Amino acid sequence: MAEAMIEFQSVTKQYQGGQAAVDDLSMSIDKGSITVFVGPSGCGKTTSLRMINRMVEPTKGTITVDGKDVTSVPAAELRRSMGYVMQSSGLMPHRSVLDNIATVPRLNGVSKADARKRAEELLDVVGLASGLGKRYPSQLSGGQQQRVGVARALAADPPVLLMDEPFSAVDPVVRDELQRELLRLQRDLAKTIVFVTHDIDEATVLGDKVAVFAVGGKLAQYATPEEILRAPANEFVASFVGRDRGFRHLGFSAADGVTIRPVPTVTRGGNADGGTDVDARGNAGGWRLVVDAESRPLGWEGPGSGSDLIPGGSLFRPGDTLRRALDSALSSPSGLGVAVDGDGRVAGVIEAAEVLAVIESARRVRQDAL
Amino acid sequence: MDWFLANSGMVFERAGQHLVLALVPMVLGLLISIPLAQVSRRHPALRSVVTTLTSLLYTIPSLALFIILPPLLGTRILDPLNVIVALTIYAVALLVRAAMDAFDSVDDDLRQAAVAMGYKPAARFLSIDLPLSLPVLFAGLRVVSVSNISLVSVAALLGVGNLGILFTDGLQRTFVTEVVVGIVAILLLALLMDAVLVLLERLLTPWTRASAAASRAEPVTGAEFIADAQVHAGARP
Repeated sequence: MAEAMIEFQSVTKQYQGGQAAVDDLSMSIDKGSITVFVGPSGCGKTTSLRMINRMVEPTKGTITVDGKDVTSVPAAELRRSMGYVMQSSGLMPHRSVLDNIATVPRLNGVSKADARKRAEELLDVVGLASGLGKRYPSQLSGGQQQRVGVARALAADPPVLLMDEPFSAVDPVVRDELQRELLRLQRDLAKTIVFVTHDIDEATVLGDKVAVFAVGGKLAQYATPEEILRAPANEFVASFVGRDRGFRHLGFSAADGVTIRPVPTVTRGGNADGGTDVDARGNAGGWRLVVDAESRPLGWEGPGSGSDLIPGGSLFRPGDTLRRALDSALSSPSGLGVAVDGDGRVAGVIEAAEVLAVIESARRVRQDAL
Repeated sequence: MDWFLANSGMVFERAGQHLVLALVPMVLGLLISIPLAQVSRRHPALRSVVTTLTSLLYTIPSLALFIILPPLLGTRILDPLNVIVALTIYAVALLVRAAMDAFDSVDDDLRQAAVAMGYKPAARFLSIDLPLSLPVLFAGLRVVSVSNISLVSVAALLGVGNLGILFTDGLQRTFVTEVVVGIVAILLLALLMDAVLVLLERLLTPWTRASAAASRAEPVTGAEFIADAQVHAGARP
């Protein structure tokens, strides 16, 4: 069991005359892990987050961080010891990107030169060009602004990072990118991250653990994303997690058992005169996989399409999950998912039916274990 | 023109007096208005009292104020202090509202972000609220600058030295040239002050031009406020 970093002990927040925003919350957040608070609007997830750095004071109960009651530390000092990232990047429009990142170190009394040097390092850490440092936030794209927001939160190297729907205002492509980036950062930094979102997909992608909140500020389930998708604690969690949770749950099982079969390939531009080499091994119902000289997949030639190139589906890489395996087959025009090796070279193809067989046998194993 | 050349020393001296009488109240008004606005913003009841009171103050005719103040302050009627106090009152009347609008124009998310990063209230006000409210604040200052320069000339009726003396003197002597020189000088002075304020604003708010270049949504515009306040000022006797 991991060590607890943040603990809620019977915490209730009641606004004047109103219903409880957070109702008797008790939970323990593991050190060095990402914990996601997820739920519909009005479920108290943001209120719970803000009670950690005392932006909101609880009506009842105590919150401890690293064993210390948060009320035992002056609020401003407490907040400087936690990074905070919000939805609208919250960057100061009148300060350059570098000065924005340097904010908390400057508040902590670090010299301007040292704080800027640290800020420059952080630009690199969050994947931004150093030339952006002199710009104003308004001269950056939404995705870049969020990266700066993350850099600013990391500037004083706080052990705890609070993130309040940080990626919900950017478009889906950028959000994907930012999520992957956060996971990459977390592998190096191992901060204790509390992340609020209303998007269950985001929660299952990012969370080591997910806390599902129900309206009225009640904690409905607190478990690993795999468990929440496989075994929702109640009707509310099941409906919140959504219809295709069965499919999404495949994202937590490795696809090691799926057989990769050979496939007929056509190499384009492989030999000196730019012609084609044909490798007729295997049978794909008349389909042939087109690859380049390095054996990387380009697309398909169909049974009736002659040499026209039909774009392929998603690729299945070593170590991918059953979800990816199934998706590669379902998204392929030939019905055959293309498997590649670590260098992107074609390893063979997989069939949807075989992925399903693996899923079914895994289910039987679980069933027998009960 | 000949008259101006012959009397340029006097005109410049009057212009200098005029500038001091307009500028000092503007600065004093700003120093009073900023804390007043910041305190009233936090208390809705105080805010409405302050708003009503300052509007009332602005409706007192300036000439009346120049005459009432000496017995109240214990000053002589010719003392420039009367003019400075009177114009400070008008400046506060305009600037308190401008300052409240200016602070309101600061995005609340940014305040939240500042709090979340661990700013204490005073530091947050000075390094976040104040700089970000400068564009709207400057719009208010420009109105006060024009308003003050025009009001100072009224004090010439009492004999307080400024460019308005050229009007009273020219009128008594039915000497039109002197009146025209006075008008032109006051106009130039107002334009000069406005240019200085615009320049100062550009120097203090370099980020606003970066934002405009990135075609971001306009913040609360100063232009609206100017139009509003000029209607106000125009209604004054």
